Amino acid sequence: MQRRALIYKHTRDFFHKEGFLEVETPIRVPTVAPEAQIVPFQSEEWFLSTSPELHMKRLLAAGYGRLFQISRCFRKGERGRWHNPEFTLLEWYRAGADYRQMLHDTEQLIISLATEHHLGLTMRYRNQEIDLTPPWPRITVGEAFRRAVGWDPIADPDFSRFDADLVTKVIPSFALDRPTVLLDYPATMASLARLKPGEPGVAERAEVFVGGLELANIYSELRDTQEQERRFQKEIEQIGQEQGRQITMPRRFLEAVSHLPECGGIALGMDRLVMLFCDADSIDEVVAFTVDTA
Amino acid sequence: MITDISDVRKNTRLMIDGVPYNVEDADFMKPGKGRAIYRLKLRNILTGNTIDRTYHSADKVEQAHLTYSEMQYLYKEEEHYVFMNTETFEQHFLAEDQLPNKKYFLKEGIVVNAVMLADKPIDINLPNFVELQVVQGGVTTRTDTITAQMKSATVETGYTIQVPNFVKEGDIIKVDTRTGAYAERVSAKK
Repeated sequence: MQRRALIYKHTRDFFHKEGFLEVETPIRVPTVAPEAQIVPFQSEEWFLSTSPELHMKRLLAAGYGRLFQISRCFRKGERGRWHNPEFTLLEWYRAGADYRQMLHDTEQLIISLATEHHLGLTMRYRNQEIDLTPPWPRITVGEAFRRAVGWDPIADPDFSRFDADLVTKVIPSFALDRPTVLLDYPATMASLARLKPGEPGVAERAEVFVGGLELANIYSELRDTQEQERRFQKEIEQIGQEQGRQITMPRRFLEAVSHLPECGGIALGMDRLVMLFCDADSIDEVVAFTVDTA
Repeated sequence: MITDISDVRKNTRLMIDGVPYNVEDADFMKPGKGRAIYRLKLRNILTGNTIDRTYHSADKVEQAHLTYSEMQYLYKEEEHYVFMNTETFEQHFLAEDQLPNKKYFLKEGIVVNAVMLADKPIDINLPNFVELQVVQGGVTTRTDTITAQMKSATVETGYTIQVPNFVKEGDIIKVDTRTGAYAERVSAKK
């Protein structure tokens, strides 16, 4: 618990030094970003926030160029060694940046936390030394899948086996002595990210893995209102048909999309970050009360 | 009974292709923005073999329909343990492999709660404590004395257990069947 508080303090120090403004956005919201695989809890007619992304981008569109927030998020049914339905996300957004710049920020944040913990450029997690020297190795989704499972999800999108192969074969194939950055996801798997110029079928999305833990998700943010609405509409229809859930279109967010500056954004799991620095094997070890003990 | 995969926990019992399995371990994994993956480690209740299975969110599984009957353990016959239903007096058999650890607590005459699948016992629930006689007192090894004054002893079912030094051959001791550990001495040999 003490180390957790210290990590929060050092994280805030890092962003203040980088000129970021700490903000707070609503936990209870009228609608959420429509995502088939993320189920929100209902709170009367509204929902508990699954991520502060939409509101933070509205602030970005209003002219705040560097923002960060540490907020509680809620996702129904997510419980396991690395999941609790109520958890903490650190999100930050930077105007003028793309996903590569956000990756750079992530490397700097983790290294600065390691330095505060007197670890230098090496940390230890689950009996494994991890060398944090930047830049961290990057591998595209296409390449990682070709190597680990012998098929390419960009050329041949087969979403029935993508997620299972990813968690059971691709992620375990990453070397554990270095963080790994998995980037350039299939376009259909990044509903709020922009497509990569010159590579249709690929979205500018990256995920950061440290010690086998998925730590953060990064986008170059999409700024095209029509495209965003079209993607949301498709997702809303799919959610309605397959799960019978009703999600209303986030209209206020869509109004803000066209005012967004070019920007990158990231969501980082604070509980997992604390797990890494506490050498904890389970989220239960780093939160005072889980859904089973609350 | 059909249930959603998200309701499956450790020790849930499932029927898969007509075979009963016990969930030994359930791992929940979810890639960011992706579908939830449930990786189950399953033990075939009939043979003891274990297999791994992967499920996706919203998958449905069949829970094994189990009933329970009170049975008395009678005796061991070759590789089988013979039980008698205390209400119907019917005899039932369980193979040694089906009781890898529990067999060590089966003393003739003991009453257990048998787990039944389609009128056949597939497992038993033991009482939390059983009383067993020490048949071999064992010797106190040097390491034993250095640690906590415990020594190895063998009880009538062939199980080897750590007991305090004062326990002697012929004593009756109480053993916790959940942990396999010594609980207390019930009576000393006269």
